[in-house]
Amino acid sequence: MKYTEEHEWLKQEKDIVIVGITEHAAEQLGDLVFVELPNKDLEVKKDQEIVVIESVKAASDILAPLDGVITEINDKIVDDPSIVNSDPLGEGWFFKMKLNNPSELDKLLDKDEYDKLTS
Amino acid sequence: MKDLKKTNLFDFHYKNGAKFVPFAGYSMPVQYKSGVISEHLHTRSKAGFFDVSHMGQIKIWPKNNEKEKLIQALEKLMPCDLYNLKENRQTYSLLTNSNGGVIDDLMIANKVSYFQLVVNASQKITDYQHLKDNISQDFDIELEENKSLLAIQGPQSEDILSDINSNIKNMKFMDSIDISLAGIDCSISRSGYTGEDGFEISVHNKNVLQLVEILFKKSELLPIGLGARDSLRLEAGLCLYGNDLTSDITPIEANLNWVIHKRRREQGSSNIKFLGNAKILNQLEKGPFYLRIGLLPIEKAPMRHGSIIYLDKEGETEIGIVTSGGYSPTLNKPISMGRIKSEYLEDLEKVYVKIRDKILPATITKLPFIKTKYKI
Repeated sequence: MKYTEEHEWLKQEKDIVIVGITEHAAEQLGDLVFVELPNKDLEVKKDQEIVVIESVKAASDILAPLDGVITEINDKIVDDPSIVNSDPLGEGWFFKMKLNNPSELDKLLDKDEYDKLTS
Repeated sequence: MKDLKKTNLFDFHYKNGAKFVPFAGYSMPVQYKSGVISEHLHTRSKAGFFDVSHMGQIKIWPKNNEKEKLIQALEKLMPCDLYNLKENRQTYSLLTNSNGGVIDDLMIANKVSYFQLVVNASQKITDYQHLKDNISQDFDIELEENKSLLAIQGPQSEDILSDINSNIKNMKFMDSIDISLAGIDCSISRSGYTGEDGFEISVHNKNVLQLVEILFKKSELLPIGLGARDSLRLEAGLCLYGNDLTSDITPIEANLNWVIHKRRREQGSSNIKFLGNAKILNQLEKGPFYLRIGLLPIEKAPMRHGSIIYLDKEGETEIGIVTSGGYSPTLNKPISMGRIKSEYLEDLEKVYVKIRDKILPATITKLPFIKTKYKI
């Protein structure tokens, strides 16, 4: 599992990655009430704003962690955003993407580095 | 952050897992462990406890027992009928400015020998100064920093308090009485900011923690943060000062016509004019330029404070702005309040609101969004 400074996690499965937000992020945001996901097949650039999430309190953006193409989105969290709060690392994933350059994953944070960031 | 003030219950909040945010110069709990939605729903189904000690409590009394003169002085600053405000009763009112806008909204209680005001935290210094500047030296005025303010809101509020003192049961909505709770002197009003039945309790700082411990012996009480306080008041269609009411919005534009009490609308020498009187009474007669309305977004995205409202989905004709908005836990959908130019309002059912790069539809609806439960 890899992490970004924007509190996303990335899990590699063959040639695609699954992306979600960390437990820390889910807790800080509070109860989520709205999620807007990108379209499937969208080509995205690193740091492009591709997801909007809103908690009871405020709206925030989720950025594309790396360059690539969206291959699948999790419609379940659009219907019920609270899944992101209850299971951020599992059922509450956001989208899957195919990376243009999978070796860029190595540049992201590992668990220890991410934990240091949030401690 | 280190300059933020704390209420006397800061440690209590901390022990209960509060997340703190800066609010009006105070470090205040925005939510506790269970989160905004469950705190909100708990208040609607059982009872919630709110520390609102950051709010201003202002006491005004005449030096020479001349209460009638004090009424005249206060009626120059607010449009309520204080002559007909009975002893141990309170009313919602506003401090108006000379342009007909609102300096603050407040509760004012007739406590027999004095008047008691509860005002917004963000405006309390402004209000205090405004009152001092505008009432004569014959009156004393005190911003009571030695008192805390608690609110108990929700259907079980009466049971929780009447178990401690059964006289609570005799109180009606907007009664305000001095009463003892387990030997602690309190001033209690049957009122609140949630649309529920409930009470606000003013108590000396030195007794507040002891009182809170007594209240929490009732297991159904849950501490509620500012997050749910905001979603509760929004569902109840109540104004938030700074959003739905400002120094540029008149009470009529805020759809608060009822706040201009009947006696204060009449022309005549016996009636004292309040600040902004001419503009406000003119709008009351001829209609305001803007009007506060409720909005139900048709899709799922919340429409928040500051979003522009259009007449058309192309976004060509701007007709207003969202003043408060968010998610309603009770209705499980987004709700908003906004102000729209009145000239467009006749027969208007649907409007369009810009959210980020989209323009999304919303229907205009009556306020409040939920049925209120006041014990009138």
